[in-house]
Amino acid sequence: MTMRELYDRTKALFPLGELIEQRSGGNNDLVFVTVPAAHLRATILHLRDKEGFSHLVLLTAVDWLEEGQFQLTYLLNNRQQAYDLGLRVMISRDSATMESIHDVWPTAATYQRELREMFGIDFPGSPRIEEEFILEGWNDIPPYRRDFDTLKYAQEKFSERPGRKTHDPETHMRQQLYPDMSPTGK
Amino acid sequence: MYQPFPPDRSQYPAKKADGTLDIDLTSGKYLKLWQGPNHPGITGNMSVELTVCGDEVVEGKTHVGYLHRGFEKLMERRTFIQCFPIVCRICVPEPDFNEYCYAAAVEELAGIQAPERAHWIRTLILEMGRINSYMMYLGGQAGSLGQGVIGQWTTYVRDLMLDRFEELTGARIYHMFILPGGVRDGLPDGFAGRMEETLREIESILKDVYDVMFCNAVFKARTVGMGVIDPAWLDEYGVTGPNARAAGVAKDMRKDHPYLVYPELAFEPVTGKDSDIYTRADVRRRDVLVSVDLIRQIMAKMPMDGPLMCAVPNVLHWKIPRGETYIRGECSRGEYGYYLVTDGSGYPRRVNVRGPSYTHAMALLERMIVNISISDVAALMVSLHTYPPEIER
Repeated sequence: MTMRELYDRTKALFPLGELIEQRSGGNNDLVFVTVPAAHLRATILHLRDKEGFSHLVLLTAVDWLEEGQFQLTYLLNNRQQAYDLGLRVMISRDSATMESIHDVWPTAATYQRELREMFGIDFPGSPRIEEEFILEGWNDIPPYRRDFDTLKYAQEKFSERPGRKTHDPETHMRQQLYPDMSPTGK
Repeated sequence: MYQPFPPDRSQYPAKKADGTLDIDLTSGKYLKLWQGPNHPGITGNMSVELTVCGDEVVEGKTHVGYLHRGFEKLMERRTFIQCFPIVCRICVPEPDFNEYCYAAAVEELAGIQAPERAHWIRTLILEMGRINSYMMYLGGQAGSLGQGVIGQWTTYVRDLMLDRFEELTGARIYHMFILPGGVRDGLPDGFAGRMEETLREIESILKDVYDVMFCNAVFKARTVGMGVIDPAWLDEYGVTGPNARAAGVAKDMRKDHPYLVYPELAFEPVTGKDSDIYTRADVRRRDVLVSVDLIRQIMAKMPMDGPLMCAVPNVLHWKIPRGETYIRGECSRGEYGYYLVTDGSGYPRRVNVRGPSYTHAMALLERMIVNISISDVAALMVSLHTYPPEIER
């Protein structure tokens, strides 16, 4: 079985997007496919039960801020065939909600808790989804979103250590190495 | 079969209609007990919130976040080469997998190929790191059951291996040696001889560890039949590495998805049958011997000359076309992987680290911790071999 055959078989059942072969050279064992959010659960159950993709490697999100979308990546692994299949689901950034798959893989609940906290993507019904995972008392926008400015946050929240100086690397190094030269380098 | 409590489960809290446990803390029957974040029986900077009824744990919740440094976010603001010295800090006792997975992911997306000799040195470093990590584990597992001396012996040989790391990479803990495009340097003069001495010392100490730890009646009584992982849970909870191999499933990424020079090395994944704490410890002890053998094979077969780095674009202006990939390796705890997404700019769009502890210490531990005695919690937790930094990255 090649990934192309698997893709053709699965595409007959579900409206899959284009097949992206990551390692198109000799070792073609990682592919990515886009799935509409509404068909994700059915696709995952089919792949898990009929095609041997029984291991959820990871579940994570990518923020495509410019396109106004989150990409959720469900990476599944078929150990017998040594294949990896990344299912990509594009959801809107404004109403970031996705169906939970904690009943398919109990371990997905942890990933979903993290995604809710770090990206603000909600998974209604996922166990303990409301509980804080890593952050404590966070009241800003979710920190792993691209529009969260880490520098601005740090400057607002924390005070500078007294006596600390910030140098411009170029002028500082020039002064260190060539103290006789004027700061502009002339 | 070791049974900490009689089979009568009448004390066990009933479940409410929504599936949550019916635990009434005001009844005086239950007590909240925090194990960690500062506790000798905890693996690193995490804590487990236990609800106990007498000595019996009825519910356990893992709490992480004590070590969150936001690596994944930090890397989105740094160029590809600036990320390289950061990644090793995600896992302290075995940092090399971060370097390898990150470097391999960048190489794949940028379309460059590290030279053959660099592959051999990378494999050598990963196996050396594996031994270090297992040595730390063996000491911790014995320590969790009150055997302090094993930790002293394994720390001694771990220190010898750190010496080998120091002469090879210049650093003991964070090596920053495997960079995108290859490795920084070749082997120093006389390295093979000193490595052989270290390996012999490791084998000799492991014999002592076997006699004193694995043949010890107390260790056996506390661990045989304790903390069993049902093989059916492996897929449900994403269990990989020695935890899965002790359950009889030969899940080993070095065989399942061969990388670097593992196809050229002869070895068989170590498996166990009973899936309890004892078997997991034994699988790891035997895995050290496999690593020792692999290092000997690597030292014998490795090419001694040839390039160590391929040509890399100017790293200050290195832009990588849009793409995504996942690179994995078999670290001492299981499947370690990097999911890297690039968008054509000079910075990663997203880096996601898949640490094996993420599933082992959260969902799996919370399931296994129920109905064991408080005194066994530490041994159970250590037996899953988890490192908190890779949970919260």
